[in-house]
Amino acid sequence: MARAVPNSRKAINTAVAGTLGFIIFFPILWILILSFKTEGDAIKAPLQVLFSTGWTTESFGAVQERSDYFKHFTNSVVLALGSTILGLLVAVPAAWAMAFVPAKHTKNVLMWMLSTKMLPPVGVLVPIYLIFRDVGLLDTRTGLVIVLMLMNLPIIVWMLYTYFREIPGEILEAARMDGASLREEVIYVLTPMAIPGIASTVLLNIILAWNEAFWTLNLTASNAAPLTAFIASYSSPEGLFYAKLSAASVMAIAPILIMGWFSQKQLVRGLTFGAVK
Amino acid sequence: MGRIALKQVQKSFGDVTVIPPLDLEIDDGEFVVFVGPSGCGKSTLLRLIAGLEDTTSGTIEIDGTDATGLPPAKRGLAMVFQSYALYPHMSVRKNIAFPMKMAGMDQAEQERRIAAAAKALNLTDYLDRRPGQLSGGQRQRVAIGRAIVREPAAFLFDEPLSNLDAALRVGMRMEISELHKKLDTTMVYVTHDQVEAMTMADKIVVLQAGVIEQVGSPLELYRAPRNKFVAGFIGSPKMNLIEGELANEHGCRTIGIRPEHVEVSTTEGQWQGTVGIAEHLGSDTFIHIHGVPGCDPLTVRADGEVSVRHGDTVFLTPRQNLIHRFDDNGMRIE
Amino acid sequence: MATKASRSAARLMISPAVVLLLGWMLIPLCMTVYFSFLRFNLLNPGDNPFVGWENYRWFVTDPSFSAAMINTLVLVGGVLLITTIGGIMFALLLDQPMWGQGLIRIMVIAPFFVMPTVGALVWKNMFMNPVNGIFGHIAQSLGAAPIDFFSSIPLLSIVLIVSWQWLPFATLILLTAFQSLDQEQLEAAEMDGASWFNRFWYIMLPHLARAITVVILIQTIFLLSIFAEILVTTNGGPGVATTNLTYLIYVSSLLQYDVGMGSAGGVIAIILANIVAIFLMRMIGKNLDA
Repeated sequence: MARAVPNSRKAINTAVAGTLGFIIFFPILWILILSFKTEGDAIKAPLQVLFSTGWTTESFGAVQERSDYFKHFTNSVVLALGSTILGLLVAVPAAWAMAFVPAKHTKNVLMWMLSTKMLPPVGVLVPIYLIFRDVGLLDTRTGLVIVLMLMNLPIIVWMLYTYFREIPGEILEAARMDGASLREEVIYVLTPMAIPGIASTVLLNIILAWNEAFWTLNLTASNAAPLTAFIASYSSPEGLFYAKLSAASVMAIAPILIMGWFSQKQLVRGLTFGAVK
Repeated sequence: MGRIALKQVQKSFGDVTVIPPLDLEIDDGEFVVFVGPSGCGKSTLLRLIAGLEDTTSGTIEIDGTDATGLPPAKRGLAMVFQSYALYPHMSVRKNIAFPMKMAGMDQAEQERRIAAAAKALNLTDYLDRRPGQLSGGQRQRVAIGRAIVREPAAFLFDEPLSNLDAALRVGMRMEISELHKKLDTTMVYVTHDQVEAMTMADKIVVLQAGVIEQVGSPLELYRAPRNKFVAGFIGSPKMNLIEGELANEHGCRTIGIRPEHVEVSTTEGQWQGTVGIAEHLGSDTFIHIHGVPGCDPLTVRADGEVSVRHGDTVFLTPRQNLIHRFDDNGMRIE
Repeated sequence: MATKASRSAARLMISPAVVLLLGWMLIPLCMTVYFSFLRFNLLNPGDNPFVGWENYRWFVTDPSFSAAMINTLVLVGGVLLITTIGGIMFALLLDQPMWGQGLIRIMVIAPFFVMPTVGALVWKNMFMNPVNGIFGHIAQSLGAAPIDFFSSIPLLSIVLIVSWQWLPFATLILLTAFQSLDQEQLEAAEMDGASWFNRFWYIMLPHLARAITVVILIQTIFLLSIFAEILVTTNGGPGVATTNLTYLIYVSSLLQYDVGMGSAGGVIAIILANIVAIFLMRMIGKNLDA
């Protein structure tokens, strides 16, 4: 039984945690504010910025004009969704098999898949770069979709596996007794039961693909560049640009920030490979 | 129809043989209970019949046709699982309809059977709920309903009552027995609880380490256990097995006497002992007695009103014609 | 436990994933190892002669290698220290009863979803810029000289930025671990006369031990590969002050087009990551049995 906690203590906890939480969150809040300011206001001292009265959305337009936000946004969406869908197609059958038909080597296979995730990307940068150059995949969405899919495949397989394993085998056996074929078993019983798990896997994978900033920076120039590269183009300042940088940043992170908040719990499971639940 | 015959059926997982070659006949309409301690292979045997596991060798015949290689769905059997294995994302109605849907049965016929099953199992008011909203007993009934509507050749039950609390278990036990009387279909029932076996079965199959120790009606097993294992497993409280001097007097290695077949007296008797613990149940008293050579403690079932206390000296007299005798290998001597 | 039919179906279903990952791992890995023994520069086309350990010798004896190793260590160690200790404190705090816990938790977790390039640029410009950044404004209003973060303390600045990104991860995982602690255990300890500190030290911390290890190992894997944050803030400078191993390899291979050298560096990076990976895999493997 939980004990009643005096309100005074609750108030102190709230104040301390709230302040610290606010400090951590502040940079994000700040660019949100700056993105609606004029460049002149944006570089003022913080209090002056807050009390400056000019609010404007001109920075957003300027960003689109300067660096074609929508092209990069489209690329990000294509890469995130493409790599996720492709990954699911490969991972769902594999995870199904390992969770429900475990064999002697299942554990080893899983561990090995995980170990590929431990390979530092920079260790294979050169060959991947050369292969991509030679087959003409540099700066293409196709190439990046493949790389991102392979990058995250171990996580997808692993997450799905832990979710599938929670579905009791007896239910699938019941379906088999009830006359369901393997296909019907997957369609009518497994998939509906696994949808929450698949959804969180998709969510986490989109987040990871969206924010991936090694391959997306090194294998693209302009055509396939997603938002990570779009932002990187703001790394050398040109005159007054705080408001524009803020606007660009807000536009780059907003979609994923919102998704991320929904997937906090699954994030833990996915990123620790089930070692912490 | 539901006659099942196992011929030289064997099952190994890798190098480990779980079930050495085994023969068993189950007649149409019979209620057969597989009973034994956990790990004795009884569930594996049931799963072999169901087709959820492959046999390593041997054949399984259902109604005279070889079903060894058939997938589970083609065997015409229905199974009720220990965890009920209901589909959590479907309503009760859809759960019950699932096997009929898989068989592509006519919609009207489906409706008719669902209604009949729901009525028989008291589920009519719950048809549109999800399994998660039901109590343990109701879930159990849904699982049974899902099995009934298929009108299978035989029902397989895998420890169906072990997740229910004690009171509910007694009720469900009777419901399943009544169901059997009504449907008159073969039922194969796995349990580790000998009380369930005794109360429900037409025929009990006692298993240990994959080997059938004895097959027979509850009373046959109670009256004439074939060996010490069955003697100790069937009956509650357990049969007292006595070795040494007292057994030698009967010309054998071990004698067995059931607690209910020993007379207790405070004045005179064949054996003498001291009362350890007396469990007063009201209807009966179970007295655990120390000091009888070759068996400690020796359990006796006495009348509910007997007043004995810890440390009292008591005298015991076994009923001579109900003493079981076992040889050096633990086998019964007639 | 299953039947033969389902076992062969299972094998068929696993194979695409296995083949793809095997290709993704083996082919580039072999190529990296192979290139690392060649004199191979994209600017000098022609023969790529076998040169044995020469690339490794050059790579390792280059003064920027030792600098990069030290920077990598400081970066990984510094971020781990800040995020683990900070994470434990935040988790402890967030586990207390309070109002608006959900909202506060969302605020704490948010930085994890910010893409690395955005996080780094925002800190660099809006906060650490000595003239217009918030820290500069604060220093000025206090009458102190503003710190020029990226020229006077470049590596520490990057450590701070990366810590901000990873603190949420540590907090989230440790909080999850805290919440799985059986409250009755704590109450039992209280009945046994344990003070708050004793309860923290003897019950909570051992309960967290596993989660802390996981946080450290997983973060290490990711932190060894820090790249984007350096690229958009300092480009590895001033000099090589913020060049870590990943960045050094990037410079050799994609800026200087020295494939041989970059590959030698890549092999070294793989070996380093594997040392950490072995420990991590053991932990995860143990969990798989449980």
